[in-house]
Formats: sequence, C-alpha cells, structure tokens
Amino acid sequence: MARKVTARHVAISTLAAWLVGFLIFFPILWMVLASFKTELEAFATPPSFLFFHWTTENYATVQERSDYLHHALNSVIIAGGSTLIALLIAVPAAWSMAFSPTKRTKDVLLWMLSTKMMPPVGVLVPIYLIYKNAGLLDTRAGLIFILCLGNLPIVIWMLFTYFKEIPKDILEAARMDGATVGRELIYVLTPMAIPGLASTLLLNLILAWNEAFWTLNLSTLDAAPLTTFIASYSSPEGLFWARLSAASTLAIAPIMIIGWFSQKQLVRGLTFGAVK
Amino acid sequence: MATRQTQFLARALLSPAVLLLFIWMIVPLALTIYFSTLHYSLLDPGSESFVGLDNYTYFLTDPAFLASLQNTLVLVGSVLALTIGLGIPLAVLLDQPVVGRNFVRLMVIAPFFVMPTVSALVWKNLLMHPVSGLFAWIATSLGLTPIDWFTDAPLLAIIFIVAWQWLPFATLILLTALQSLDEEQKEAAEMDGASATSRFIYLTLPHLARPITVVILIETIFLLTVFAEIFVTTGGGPGLQTTNIAFLVYSQALIQFDVGSASAGGLVAVVIANIVAFFLVRIVGRNLEA
Repeated sequence: MARKVTARHVAISTLAAWLVGFLIFFPILWMVLASFKTELEAFATPPSFLFFHWTTENYATVQERSDYLHHALNSVIIAGGSTLIALLIAVPAAWSMAFSPTKRTKDVLLWMLSTKMMPPVGVLVPIYLIYKNAGLLDTRAGLIFILCLGNLPIVIWMLFTYFKEIPKDILEAARMDGATVGRELIYVLTPMAIPGLASTLLLNLILAWNEAFWTLNLSTLDAAPLTTFIASYSSPEGLFWARLSAASTLAIAPIMIIGWFSQKQLVRGLTFGAVK
Repeated sequence: MATRQTQFLARALLSPAVLLLFIWMIVPLALTIYFSTLHYSLLDPGSESFVGLDNYTYFLTDPAFLASLQNTLVLVGSVLALTIGLGIPLAVLLDQPVVGRNFVRLMVIAPFFVMPTVSALVWKNLLMHPVSGLFAWIATSLGLTPIDWFTDAPLLAIIFIVAWQWLPFATLILLTALQSLDEEQKEAAEMDGASATSRFIYLTLPHLARPITVVILIETIFLLTVFAEIFVTTGGGPGLQTTNIAFLVYSQALIQFDVGSASAGGLVAVVIANIVAFFLVRIVGRNLEA
C-alpha cells in the first residue's frame, strides 16, 4: 500500500475494531460461558464473568434428558442429505448452462432465482396438507426434500458462476489432443471445479442446518433437527439457562467452524454473484 | 453432428432441475390459490365449499391483518435501517489497517451462523430477562430501571435480535465492495486535498450504492418472512404486538386450522414478496450481462 499510514491511525482503528467486534460477538461468548455454569450461577445477579465454578455437567444433562445426539444426527442427515441431492441435480444443470448456453439461458437462470423469492408461508398450507396426507410430517425424508428444493436455486446459481469462470479454451485444447468427453470430465473439468463445488457445498450446509421455518412447522420429535430441538427450550425448559446454553453451544459449534472457513464465498453465494 | 449431440445432452442435463423447480413453484401455489377460494376448516372436515373471494375480504378486513402488516413493515424497515446504518461505518472501520483484522472479522460475522432459534432464546433469557438478564444488571448498576423487554417493547426486542443476526451480512457485503474500490482513486483524491469526509461522500458512498441496494433487496426478502424468532420468544403476542404476516398466516393455518383464510393470507404474502423480487431480479439480471 502506497498510502501513508500513521501509527496513531493504526492504533485507533485497531482499538475501535476490536471493541466493536467484541461487542458483536459478546452474546455468543456469554452463552458459551453460561453453559459451563451451574443453573444458580447462570441466573445470579450480579453475574459472574469468569470466576465461577466451571462445570461440564450441563452437557451431560442435555444428552441424558433430551437425547441431544438424536437431534444432532437428524440435523446432519437432513442438512447433509438435502445438500448432496441438491448438488446432484444442480451440477449437471449448471454445467450445461455454463458450457452450452443458449439464448434462453439467462431467462432460465433468472426464473430459477425468482422461485427462491417465494415466501414459504405462501405455500405452507398446501405443503402441510400434502405432507399430512402422505405421512411425511415429522420424517427426515420430508424435510430433506423440501430443504433441497428450497436451496436448489442458490446452489445452481453459485455453481453456474464458478463454472463460467473455467476457461473454455482448455476444453478445446483437451479435445484437440483427442480426449473423450469422459476423460475431459475427469482430468480437466473436475479438478478445476472442485473449489467452487466445495464452497457451494459448505454454504448450502450452513443454510440447511440453520433453516427454521420448514423444520419448525414440519417436524416435532422423530425427525426434529437441532433448530426444533432448541425451540423446545422456549418453555418451560427455558428456565434452565445453563442447560439451554449448553444445548445451544453444541448446536451452533459445527456450523460456526464451517462458516468461518467459507466466509469468503458467503458474499458471492448469498448475493447470487451480484457482489464478489 | 457433434453440436446437435451436445445440445441434446445439455438439455437433458438441465431438464431435471427445471422440471423440479417448476413443479415446486406451480403445484403448491396453484393449491394455495384453490384453497383460498374455499371455506375449508381442518376442524370441520367434509364441509368444504366454494366461497369465491370471501376469504380475501375476511383476511384483508381482519384488524389482525392491518396490525400484522404494520408490524411487518416496522420490523423490515427498522432492521434494514439498523443493519445498513451500522454496517457502513463498521465496514469502513474494518477496511482500515487493523492489527488482527482476520480475527476481528471472524467475531463480526459469527452471529450470522447462529441458528435463529438459538439467537432468539439466548437474547430473550440471558440478555433481556428483566430480572436476571445481563442488560437488567447493567441498567441497575447504572442506577436505571431495567426494561422488561418482552412486556413493554416486544417488537423492539425482536427488531434488535433480528438486526444482530443480519448486521454481519450487511457488513460483510459492504466490506467486500469497499475492498474492490480502487486504491489509486482514493490516493488521487487524497493528493488533491479532499478531506476524509468529502472522500467518503463523493467516492466511497457512490461506490457502495449498488451493494447497498443488493443488501436492501436480499434482506427484505428474508425479513418479510421472519418466523422462528417470533415463534420461540413471543408467539406473536402480547396481543398482536409482534405478529407479522408470516406468523399470522401460520397461526391461522396451524393453530386455528382455517385453511381457506390462511391460504388467502399466504397469497397476500406472495404478492408483497414479488414486488421486491421484481427489482432484485432486474438488478441481478443486469449484472449477468456484464
């Protein structure tokens, strides 16, 4: 950077940025701290910040009393399953639009985007009734299906913007050298597409893991993922703050890690490539 | 010919996605429209009858509709104002030379990865509880009376929770846009003697116009259907104070089991969302050609 940066400037902006960052992060930190307190300490005024009796018993209680692992497994299966199926459908579609575009490709893409704009409440009634009649309420399959459809437009869009950046000349060069379509796919395209595929996968996992409209409305117990499980703490278990905090910490930890890894791709995915 | 083969292949690869999305869009929507013209209550099965536009008259003249429309607009407007009003200075701050910027950025975007049910319950209990919450303790320490958030200002409480969740999104997008601002332009303006304020107004803000528009449109689409945060904290109450359109439709469908009226409400929500979507699709579409 050519501009002059004074030490004072760095000191002030560093201090301000750390302070603001800490304030924004604080509710999460406070929750993690509360998860290691006893119920009494979590509730105490004045609150204790670090000097309390640290305990991990809340984590054990959450598992014992409400079978946390069952709901975590549901989250993994539902988020993972819907993401994988969405990728299976989206990869060929995005590949075809990126490499053999037609006059209508742009319209198709925009139409797909517009399906994402439909508010879920607009179709809550028919989906609920169809699921009820088909016995899909509170099943993992039902949730996988609906989350997959809900996120499919974003997945196609993200993959499309990544695939479009793969230079076509490379394909032609490979073809000149006598590569078949299959070899082309395995040796040329796949290695170049993997970074885009990976970030699409991660972003979609985050969205599916945190989805809280369909999961709350279509699952109660058997298929309930962590979003629904945590909602059950709104009453009367919500009185147990330490336990609520432990369950919440467990519920957000995996996605927080994935999210931090994929933060750079987040902007691109969530703005449909409008901001890079 | 190879090209014809390729074309056929391309179409075959595209069609499953198109077909699925087409069904996903058309079938439930058609059913919603159909149900919205029926007298249809799940409590009284077998009594379905065609009532024309009665459900719309009922839904649109219901005082709950006006209240929830107002709540929806207040919620969307306030969260947009908060996230953009705080997001711009925050993005500018993070664009400065900051020691440990990557770590600060991690802290700032963290709330975006917290599932809505968790953030709502943590805020409601650990922070906003009128007796044992942290805010109450801070207020008491300062000699103030603690606010009973969910009794005295329930909608404001929800606005704060939702704004906390979306502030990272606005900040991250604006920061990404700022970082693409040409360093040389900034330098040239500086050499010409432009002050920091006028550089911000004449250089930075115009550059941010498009990303701000994108933030507004995308956030609006998600904020119009805020649901989980209301579901786990207030259940729409007290009274109708925190009922938005999404929650009203939900309660008519799954609490009162009035399928017809809920369907009419659902379509009203679709119309409102489509007005926003129209503009977003145009902006994104323009970008596609560039």
